[in-house]
Amino acid sequence: MALQEQTLPLGGIAPDRTGKYRTDHLLVAEMIPHGSKVLDVGCGDGELLQLLESRGIDGRGIELSREGVNRCVARGLAVVQGDADTDLVNYPDDAFDYVILSQTLQATRQPKAVLENLLRIGRRAIVSFPNFGFWKMRLQLLVGGHMPRTEHLPATWYDTPNIHFCTIKDFVQLCDEINVKMERAVALDLYGRPVPLNLPWWVWNMFGEQGVFLLNRGGKGK
Amino acid sequence: MTHLQSVSNPSIHSEDRAHEADHPSSLLAKFGTDQPLKLDCGIDLAPFQIAYQTYGELNADRSNAILICHALTLDQHVANVHPLTGKPGWWEIMVGPGRPLDTDRYFIICSNVIGGCMGSTGPASTNPATGKAWGLDFPLITIPDMVRAQAMLLDRLGIETLLCVIGGSMGGMQVLQWTAAYPERVFSALPVACSTRHSAQNIAFHELGRQAVMADPDWHHGRYFERDTHPHRGLAVARMAGHITYLSDAALHRKFGRRMQDRELPTFSFDADFQVESYLRYQGSSFVERFDANSYLYLTRAMDYFDIAADHDGVLAEAFRGIKTRFCVVSFTSDWLFPTSESRALVHALNASSARVSFAEIETDRGHDAFLLDVPEFFDISRAFLQSAGKARGLD
Repeated sequence: MALQEQTLPLGGIAPDRTGKYRTDHLLVAEMIPHGSKVLDVGCGDGELLQLLESRGIDGRGIELSREGVNRCVARGLAVVQGDADTDLVNYPDDAFDYVILSQTLQATRQPKAVLENLLRIGRRAIVSFPNFGFWKMRLQLLVGGHMPRTEHLPATWYDTPNIHFCTIKDFVQLCDEINVKMERAVALDLYGRPVPLNLPWWVWNMFGEQGVFLLNRGGKGK
Repeated sequence: MTHLQSVSNPSIHSEDRAHEADHPSSLLAKFGTDQPLKLDCGIDLAPFQIAYQTYGELNADRSNAILICHALTLDQHVANVHPLTGKPGWWEIMVGPGRPLDTDRYFIICSNVIGGCMGSTGPASTNPATGKAWGLDFPLITIPDMVRAQAMLLDRLGIETLLCVIGGSMGGMQVLQWTAAYPERVFSALPVACSTRHSAQNIAFHELGRQAVMADPDWHHGRYFERDTHPHRGLAVARMAGHITYLSDAALHRKFGRRMQDRELPTFSFDADFQVESYLRYQGSSFVERFDANSYLYLTRAMDYFDIAADHDGVLAEAFRGIKTRFCVVSFTSDWLFPTSESRALVHALNASSARVSFAEIETDRGHDAFLLDVPEFFDISRAFLQSAGKARGLD
């Protein structure tokens, strides 16, 4: 029954690391100023939260799996068991400076409602997700004729928790539709390196293995 | 029912119990008529006394104190031999050197609740006005009254802020009351297997227990001590019913199944043929030796009245508005007395108050009593939560 020191399966994603931390986590952490109050939705076993806390950020988490929650709490993190689809409504408006949805959007039932809630309870949101427009994905469907599977997304179509895959382009359209402003957008290639900023969107959509977006409420005021 | 008494511990006498109520084998804080306890029922209780135990050392800046709030039928003897039963403390698995509540690190306090029968003033204590036990003349007490008395004890000990308040079941209710009534005095809170209000089902079980006590002819409307009796049978039945609610179907099945007690075949009588019957009878009869029947009535009543939201216009989140206390809420999957859904409602209210809250549901088939048992995951979580609270408070 004791908690075991092993990483949780994170929806079939096994991202790159720079030393101790995942590259996408380091990128997220760099977007958040010291002293901010942050909610990490779908915080897994608390790796990002621990990174944030080590940088003087007041972090909280929600995690669906009981094992994940208990492991976080045993690390001294403030994490509750909950579901992004149903439990975000319980948080009041403006409760956090930043709300993070890291590699979780594609596993929610209602990505649009979740995104709207993120920007209701947080003044800003940071969303990262695997890009289904990545060239390797396209190639597998085009040439192989089967649902894409990669090193980072190894699950088969019938046992993946990821039910709402999208491309970077799709996500940009959704943000436009619900009037969310992108403050910063970064695409990471297969090796976790940022795709150069000066390149057009279609390049990102083709060569970005995952997208990381810093969002705010746009027209709805801050 | 006569065999309920046949397994009782002959070493405990009712005189011992009565002596313990007034002159406990514990540390004692006496409050005179100038320091009454202001009860919710409108009565000022004075004089009164609080019996308590401490473990570990208070540090120089008084920042390492942890208050343990005990459950309904437990007491302040957390980690020492019980003066009446001679058994080890009820939470020795949790409290001691190197344990999650590490006595090398923290100063641990546990006091007998007001209304209890192990040395804090309650219905079994002597009423100074009459020289006899209070009995039903003792005023009705509430969970907030218990916490108010604990706060007076801490004032007496010179402890302004607690590093943590921790407790399960009725103890968890006190933890929540602490955070609602004295948020600035509670740096962190660990409510376990509890709820912000007692459910209708739980009130119903308590009423069953109280009626069993009152139906015992030896109860004499609460004045049994004048007749040198004790409603053993009624209280034992109350305990048996209560004990079932602390376990789970799975735990009872695993422990006893349908196995027979010291026999191969049924006796075709109402004897305790089944092991589970024998176990329950033992639980009932051993309990009555150490617990006062009137105290059981008062404490169950205090739990029934508990409803934090009711004191805040029915909005639970209002009770915790702006609170700085760090929370760790813990529930157990097989606890049907205080099910996870009630802890979740608490967590939602704390989230709505933007409180710093952790919430862990622990998988176990051992029911409500799991918080008293060897559940390593619960220990890991408690230890880490306290360490993180200690770090935030600047302990070493």
